[in-house]
Amino acid sequence: MSELPLRAQLASALGKGAASLSRAARRGDGSVIGGRVALKVEPGLLGKLSRGRRLTLVSATNGKTTTTRLIASALRELGDIATNEHGANMPTGHITALAAKPEARNGVLETDEKYLPQVLEATSPAVVVLMNLSRDQMDRASEINLLAKKWRESLQKSEAHVVANADDPLVAWAGLGARHATWVSAGQRWKEDSWCCPDCGGHLKREPEPHWECPECGLARPEATWSVDNDADVVITPDGQRMKLDLGLPGGANRANAAIAMATAVTYGIHPKQSLPRLREIRSVAGRYTSVVTNGVEVRLLLAKNPAGWLESFAVLGPPRIPVILAVNAQIPDGKDTSWLWDVDYSVLGDRRVFVMGERRTDLALRLETDGVAFDVGDDVAGVVTRIKAEQPEITKVDVIANYTAFQQIRAAYGRVQ
Amino acid sequence: MSDDSSVLRIVWIYPDLLSTYGDQGNALILRRRAEQRGIRTEVVYVYSSDPVPVEGDIYLLGGGEDRPQNLAAERLRSDGGLKRATERGAAVLAVCAGYQIIGESFGDDDDNPLPGVGILDIRSGRGETRAVGEIVAEVAPEVGGGTITGFENHQGRTALGPSARPLSRTLLGIGNDGSTEGAYQGNVLGTYLHGPALPRNPALADLLLSIRVGQLDPLPASWGERLHEERIAAVM
Repeated sequence: MSELPLRAQLASALGKGAASLSRAARRGDGSVIGGRVALKVEPGLLGKLSRGRRLTLVSATNGKTTTTRLIASALRELGDIATNEHGANMPTGHITALAAKPEARNGVLETDEKYLPQVLEATSPAVVVLMNLSRDQMDRASEINLLAKKWRESLQKSEAHVVANADDPLVAWAGLGARHATWVSAGQRWKEDSWCCPDCGGHLKREPEPHWECPECGLARPEATWSVDNDADVVITPDGQRMKLDLGLPGGANRANAAIAMATAVTYGIHPKQSLPRLREIRSVAGRYTSVVTNGVEVRLLLAKNPAGWLESFAVLGPPRIPVILAVNAQIPDGKDTSWLWDVDYSVLGDRRVFVMGERRTDLALRLETDGVAFDVGDDVAGVVTRIKAEQPEITKVDVIANYTAFQQIRAAYGRVQ
Repeated sequence: MSDDSSVLRIVWIYPDLLSTYGDQGNALILRRRAEQRGIRTEVVYVYSSDPVPVEGDIYLLGGGEDRPQNLAAERLRSDGGLKRATERGAAVLAVCAGYQIIGESFGDDDDNPLPGVGILDIRSGRGETRAVGEIVAEVAPEVGGGTITGFENHQGRTALGPSARPLSRTLLGIGNDGSTEGAYQGNVLGTYLHGPALPRNPALADLLLSIRVGQLDPLPASWGERLHEERIAAVM
């Protein structure tokens, strides 16, 4: 990296300076401002910083940050890597991440879905990882069929090897645009966005699970070489080996993320036996799945930003005796439209104590009332926990599911826990 | 679908094509507000591969992206069930893409007009800009008056023909054209309030129910009424 042109070196140094200032001023983690300053000085910087490296881009609606962390952890087997672990997933964040590690030969970059084509072109990555696509923040995001089409077109022009989820029809169709692919049967709990063929619009035949095919144009699920057995907590590798996962992160979505991370590591020559122990060490990712103790109660934080994410979060909740706090905001990063609440089935929470909070708790309250789920209204986690403790002193654990800014507010109240 | 005539049959048309964001909310709220009054309900999901039954009471159509919208219009036209149901007096609430579909024509990706189902005298095309954000409108007195609140997210602009009347006058947001929002004609209602239009507007839900079951007992105010007030206060 030291042979960067002078202008790029300057841009990169100025960016790093701005990032440290941002951190020193406690305004943020510096990931965005640093890249923004650098881009002003050298617009072609992302491409220049990528040259000579073996990069992986990770994109999806859900699980980007977690999977990026898992892959990063696996790739450290080969030495230092460049990665945007704070979740700043647009080009400014990528520049900051790459500039911070000029000597790292390998890198993994979480990439916003909309920016994937642009970043793919700028960085010429070795690998592109695609996990899932579903409805998300529709007041500002593109329609996902259109997004999949753009992914597909940009992969058709690229040399990148794709590691993708064969079970998600939109993702698979996009990935089939690439010349080389590794297919992982990573599952798809949320199916409401994939009843129609991404290629011709026909009604997909979706059985027996996880198979899917279009009776009209013949598009069909590519055969996967990797898969997950959720009941047995096992990943099955292309040579048929069953490996016990035993992850530090909960739930089926993370088993799928781990399988994808292991498949990606193989493209770097890292054997699953080497990568898996590294994946097991990760217990939380930027506050997700982490626990804080307040008033003697262990409060676990789950992030869910859209219907598919809420469905996955419900699947990792503790047993029914553990109360759950739901928190919803509708700021710009969350999407200002709360309509998605009506796509989630809350009746599964009917057997546990539920609290609602957040700026749009009235929307949540009506949603729960309509599903016949009893609930109480709270202002903040500490207040709710105090109330639970007073009424049910035997309770030692509480789960929190929050959407993006609600999650960040809660995390900030506990010192930006990681 | 049950043939028991004492059951209120709510028919959700094409959840596989026309359900982008919370459209299910309309069916859930209608069912709840009917059952709170002791009216038995049945919610029927009709997928695009199925025929549309004609014996339903209230038909719901949701939003959809361009291609699913075109497919849904094509299938509904060749099926004919929805049109026959409205001729028998069924009520219809069509939202966003569904609203455009039930009109005379709507624009495809390149704004070429495609034929609609033709149960509402409206014609829709594509506007210059996308209308995204909170919308508040004053409902026409002939359909109960009051204020409606919702979220719109569409590129459509809609002109009403002589047989359709505007559902409301826009106070905030775009709706049909910046001055009116939605349309009605007989028992057929259409609106750009996308997704869950009824949860935020309990009075509109009751209006639809009353078309089929007559006058309704009022319900005690609850979270729906509170959300209605809160959203209007937040944006006006």
